[in-house]
Amino acid sequence: MTLTAEKKHDLLRQMYTIRAFEEMAEQLYTMGKIHGTMHLSIGMEASAVGAVAALQDDDFILSTHRGHGHCIAKNADLNLMMAEFMGKETGYCRGRGGSMHIADVDGGNLGANGVVGGGIPIAVGVGLSQKMQKTGRICLSFFGDGAANLGPFHEALNMAAIWTLPVVFVCENNQYAMSYSAKKAFAIDKISDRAAAYGMPGETVDGNDLMAVYTAVRRAVDRARDGGGPSLIESSTYRWRGHSKSDANRYRSKAEIEEWRAKDPIARFRQQLIDAGELDDQGADAIMQAASGAIDTAVEFADSSPEPDLATIEDGVYA
Amino acid sequence: MPRELTYLEAVREALQQEMRRDERVFVIGEDVGVYGGAFGVTRGMVEEFGEERIIDTPISELGIAGAITGAALTGMRPVGEIMFMDFTTLAAEQLVNQAAKIRFMFGGNATVPFVLRTPAGSGTGAAAQHSQSLENWFVHVPGLKVVMPSTPYDAKGLLVASIRDDNPVMFIENKLLYKSRGPVPEEIYTLPLSVSEVKREGRDVTIVATAIMVQRALEAARQLAEMGIEVEVVDPRTLKPLDRQPIIASVIKTGRVLIVHEACKTGGFGGELAAVIAGSEAFDFLDAPIIRLAGRDMPIPYNRTLEYHTVPQVDDIVQAARKLAEGSV
Ligand SMILES: Cc1ncc(C[n+]2csc(CCOP(=O)(O)OP(=O)(O)O)c2C)c(N)n1
Repeated sequence: MTLTAEKKHDLLRQMYTIRAFEEMAEQLYTMGKIHGTMHLSIGMEASAVGAVAALQDDDFILSTHRGHGHCIAKNADLNLMMAEFMGKETGYCRGRGGSMHIADVDGGNLGANGVVGGGIPIAVGVGLSQKMQKTGRICLSFFGDGAANLGPFHEALNMAAIWTLPVVFVCENNQYAMSYSAKKAFAIDKISDRAAAYGMPGETVDGNDLMAVYTAVRRAVDRARDGGGPSLIESSTYRWRGHSKSDANRYRSKAEIEEWRAKDPIARFRQQLIDAGELDDQGADAIMQAASGAIDTAVEFADSSPEPDLATIEDGVYA
Repeated sequence: MPRELTYLEAVREALQQEMRRDERVFVIGEDVGVYGGAFGVTRGMVEEFGEERIIDTPISELGIAGAITGAALTGMRPVGEIMFMDFTTLAAEQLVNQAAKIRFMFGGNATVPFVLRTPAGSGTGAAAQHSQSLENWFVHVPGLKVVMPSTPYDAKGLLVASIRDDNPVMFIENKLLYKSRGPVPEEIYTLPLSVSEVKREGRDVTIVATAIMVQRALEAARQLAEMGIEVEVVDPRTLKPLDRQPIIASVIKTGRVLIVHEACKTGGFGGELAAVIAGSEAFDFLDAPIIRLAGRDMPIPYNRTLEYHTVPQVDDIVQAARKLAEGSV
């Protein structure tokens, strides 16, 4: 379960890339280049990267409306992602999906989702299909604390458990579903406690500690791959930004946000690597710069990409 | 000058005034409290009415629909909010199988007086899962009323009437209309449900339109008037139960009808309207086929240009009405 220094550098790079992508997304929004909304996961990078690091390349994930991090962690092509965000023909979904619907089917990312909890039952179907086809692949389903209160969550976890499916449920508890605090939305302390009700292991981890997320998800992934069935991991983290661009942040305090900003998962992992002698400051800065360079390239690619041709408007409605 | 409000403010004022007047009325939905609702409709209301009457819920659309059903069944007059109409799909079981049928199944011995408010429509770049117009899903369900206001004035009067109505009412707001302004009286008033309104008189072509398409049709009518074509615009306002007579009367007068709505064409409300007109006494007065302009039969794309061309715009209405008037259809 140990990771090589090289792999850890790559994970740090992914975290910096997510941060750079989202900071750029904000800028593009302010510049009026993005029509629609956007949901940023700044502050939650360790959760996405740590979880996906526990997968093999050919495993599957399903993501959420806050999915940039999951997408990048699953090794998405940044150019195609940025082009999709800008609604261009060259984007992952030919500009039809936008950031809330990015899918990289070949890369095993079966889609972000605009419907809260919408992907959880699909993950069960993917797990079922892997079991039937004996592929040995597993499916990781990302969703938020809010999603854990929807009916589909309960139906999906039960089915995955009774059929011993190779699915790992990762609940990213970033403490709020829009304005609704998890403290108010649940009468239990730990969302992972719900696992017991379905007959699967459950665990809550520090979602701002990449290694903690990796270790817990890796255990669940190994178990799923060995035929042990699903697990529920709650990754406890925080989104620094508002829910979406129209959020006035009336439901939480500046002090709370500051408190969590101090727990920046990127700075933390970087320091862990430096303390372990696996990286030095210069090396870390180089990784950070490479990440933001890649985002600049992606913007250039997207900017110079064509808009979809109106004549193709109905493409893709039917196969 | 009469006082003007936005459509959004008109909805809010209806809720506030009705809550002040009737203690049984309360609001329940996701982020309706401190956040004030995704579009800001309930902003400031929790300060006045408290968390007991402006109730934030978990993300549980089915739960919201069930809660308003049960509360309505037992003495309250709840107003539920589903943040985007797309998510009424998650609430559908309670709305379709339960709320809509309870009164009938119980032999008329119960009423379910709730309103379920929800914003519909495209044009905000929110893509396929946040932009749908699913009104016809509910038009198809006996026992539900379906209301779709097109102006701030209508929004207030129809919402108050919907809250006072003894049936479950689907009250469908339009996202792009939220910012539109118009005269709205300060005092509380009702506009009766199931009364279609002629929004503009004309002799050449009747346009029957719903929600934002009423506004686009009125703009088209202004442009067509400059070309010498006088368009009459009729707004059903309540899609179910439908007030047919003003529509039929208008078609008898003009002999030509264009139906415009945002929802997908196939299986849409326009087909129903066309059948109502064709099966009425207006049939003999038709000088041209009944024409429908509607959303394409496809999900709403993210890309701005594609999105724009997925649903009828003013130019499309002008062209279609012009062809009709000139007899070239
Ligand atoms: C079924 C459904 N209901 C409501 C919404 C509107 N909505 C979008 S995101 C969101 C909050 C989701 O919270 P959570 O699951 O905790 O994820 P987070 O946004 O915190 O990442 C809501 C209510 C939606 N997209 N889908």
